[in-house]
Amino acid sequence: MSTVVDAAPKHPNESSHQAGDSGITMHRMKSFAGRDDSTGIESLEVHVQSREFSIFYGDNEAVRSLSMDIPRSRVTAIIGPSGCGKSTFLRAINRMNDLIPRCHTAGELIFDDENVYDPMVDVVQLRQRIGMVFQKPNPFPKTIFDNVAYGPRLQGERNRSRLADIVERSLREAVLWDEVKDRLHDNALGLSGGQQQRMCLARALAVNPEILLMDEPTSALDPRSTASIEALIGQLRGDYTIIIVTHNMQQAARVSDFTAFMYEGLLIEYGNTTKLFTNPANKQTEDYITGRFG
Amino acid sequence: MGFFSILVMAAALILILYPIISRGLSAYIFRATSEHRRVQFTEFGIGSAQEIERETAEVTAARQPVFDMIVAHEKDLKAELQEAVDQVHALAAAEGGFLQRSLERRLKRAHADASVEEYLTVLTDVRKSLEGQFDRERFTDVITLITERKQRVEVETKKLTEMKHALRDLLGPLPGDRITELLRSHYGQTRWDRCLHYQDKFLYRYEWDYSNPELSGLKMRTPRVEDFRGTDLEPAFAYVRDNLEAMMQPRLTLYWQFLTTDSRDAHFFGGIWPEVLGTFYLTIGAMLFAIPIGVIAAIYLCEYARPTKTVSLLRSCISTLAGVPSIVFGLFGLAFFLNTISVSESKSVLAGSLTLALMILPTVIRASEEAILAVPFTYKEAALGLGAGRWRTVLTVILPAALPGILTGIVISMGRAAGETAPIIFTAAVSVGLALSPLQTLNSPTPALPWNIYNLCTEHEAVDEIRHVQFGMVFTLVALVLMLNIIAIALRARISRKLRG
Ligand SMILES: Nc1ncnc2c1ncn2[C@@H]1O[C@H](COP(=O)(O)OP(=O)(O)OP(=O)(O)O)[C@@H](O)[C@H]1O
Ligand SMILES: [Mg+2]
Repeated sequence: MSTVVDAAPKHPNESSHQAGDSGITMHRMKSFAGRDDSTGIESLEVHVQSREFSIFYGDNEAVRSLSMDIPRSRVTAIIGPSGCGKSTFLRAINRMNDLIPRCHTAGELIFDDENVYDPMVDVVQLRQRIGMVFQKPNPFPKTIFDNVAYGPRLQGERNRSRLADIVERSLREAVLWDEVKDRLHDNALGLSGGQQQRMCLARALAVNPEILLMDEPTSALDPRSTASIEALIGQLRGDYTIIIVTHNMQQAARVSDFTAFMYEGLLIEYGNTTKLFTNPANKQTEDYITGRFG
Repeated sequence: MGFFSILVMAAALILILYPIISRGLSAYIFRATSEHRRVQFTEFGIGSAQEIERETAEVTAARQPVFDMIVAHEKDLKAELQEAVDQVHALAAAEGGFLQRSLERRLKRAHADASVEEYLTVLTDVRKSLEGQFDRERFTDVITLITERKQRVEVETKKLTEMKHALRDLLGPLPGDRITELLRSHYGQTRWDRCLHYQDKFLYRYEWDYSNPELSGLKMRTPRVEDFRGTDLEPAFAYVRDNLEAMMQPRLTLYWQFLTTDSRDAHFFGGIWPEVLGTFYLTIGAMLFAIPIGVIAAIYLCEYARPTKTVSLLRSCISTLAGVPSIVFGLFGLAFFLNTISVSESKSVLAGSLTLALMILPTVIRASEEAILAVPFTYKEAALGLGAGRWRTVLTVILPAALPGILTGIVISMGRAAGETAPIIFTAAVSVGLALSPLQTLNSPTPALPWNIYNLCTEHEAVDEIRHVQFGMVFTLVALVLMLNIIAIALRARISRKLRG
């Protein structure tokens, strides 16, 4: 797992596109084959559409009138300085903010032709279709099997062998199967941090979501585990729509097709990742990615 | 380190509980006399008939010399009175006529088998009738004789009666005694320690001496043998002093039936099973009501209730309730469960359980609330993120994770429910009763350890006689609560281990 980044073919000649002091090199960004820098967002199918969408904590407007089309089956990264509203926006997509008292929204967030915040929406179903991986690995204090089978069981799956199939498929998808297949009935808290995070990913995948939300999924992990998660994102791209919040700009550059830069609740710039990192249109974006603030 | 601290705690616990343990154990392990085995056999059907028969024969043989001495002594006393009776006979024969008939009719009752007391009554009668004669001067000699003999024998008889009384306390009924209904008068001392106590009371007379007005009364201890110097009874005291073991046959006994049998004659004999079972029913009953209600209330408060003023008021009400004296709960239980909604016609285990449940509810709620709040928010987030509803999240993630904490609260309140006296006085407890079947708990009161300990220590007719029962009950209660605690701690440790992986 750890070798994915290093094993990627090196193209020393392509490392000429230096994006300032942040040290991002284009050969790194190209680690995941299949990224098509020439395709614009406009030509892709929109999966989640934010229209003048605002989120408030009481009177504090954490996300301000944000409009953004998130394409299907692509990886979209959201970057920006701390407190700019990245997590708030991400969690709004599957309504995790409902847990926070005094949090309310304005505008529209369209998913599958419906406003996510429509009172008629079944939140439980919504969250099954939009899975989430959190910053810190958060396995339940149950066995690995029970953790991954949690979602399917919620949906009413009781058949033991079908559950076992789902668990295996999900763990394989999360590239964890070989490591844990002999200890499925051990407590998940006994796994390493990186394994736990991949298990959480498998758990999210087990309910067959359409969208995966990831809030700084590698910030609590060591470089090896980070690399394996990043490799995983590359593999899942195409089957799932992935929205990832990250502080690590190299990571955004490595794994995403599109990148959104937010600042103080506003969407400053949004577009093709390569373009945004090599040739940002906005001065603030440039300052941020070159490390001048943030 | 952990093991060491557990050891230190265990040592401290044993030190603190030592008096209770040592005295309480004496209800279970003690030197039991032949009387104990006889009680066990006749009243509870424990033991073998042949064994008892053989032992009874041995014991009776060992006691026989004392009984014989008593008979001999009584004979001496009667002989002294007999002289007076003979004189009256002679007088009657000499007088003839009406007086003779009347005297002889009275004297008929003083036959050879009659007791000393009978003789005394006859002589009193005779003296009265002689004194009633108009020419009583003629009988002065006889009257003087009667009076003198009667006085002497009366003094002797009083001493003898006292002595027999003391002997009866020790050995049980003497040959020829009329047996009363009271079971305790059928048997002697069942425990060797009580035997020694009554042996001392047999060998010595204890009297208060108030002759010196300067001092408060002095307790005087006089050997009883002084009362019988020179009589046939004199050797009896040395005999009882030296041969008590043969007369009682004490044997170290593990009386585990103390836990499993009921009691007879106000706990003079038998065990404490009805009390233990009653405590068990009450505790389990209280838990049955308090745990679901308490945990659901805690879930509501933590997961569902919006933080409004009403809810915070509710919270402080619960806290206040935790500090209400238990007797108040007892009276409330009487007023509400019995008088108002009449869960049963009179006191019952059901009413007691409800009252106890009410009393421990605040503790259960608080502990559960704390345990639920201590569950990491990430668990909840993860469950909700996977599409679990609120209730499913509670059931599948929050409750399992909070279980150890909830268990702790349950254990604490369980100990309290088992040990509280006040709430059950008016709602469930009776002093004497039989073990109930589970169905009877709905409408029958029950004896229970805490109430019966109190009752036996304060209101029993012979508090000093049944110290071992009192301490046995205390010990059993402590052991019961300790056991519940250990089970819960083990359970908790197991669950925690499973959660931690
Ligand atoms: N539960 C909350 N209640 C009130 N305000 C909140 C809450 N969570 C976040 N905020 C506020 O909303 C704003 C955006 O926070 P958010 O967590 O979305 O930032 P972020 O971009 O994810 O930052 P970071 O990179 O540090 O995670 C911040 O000003 C923050 O103070
Ligand atoms: Mg954040």
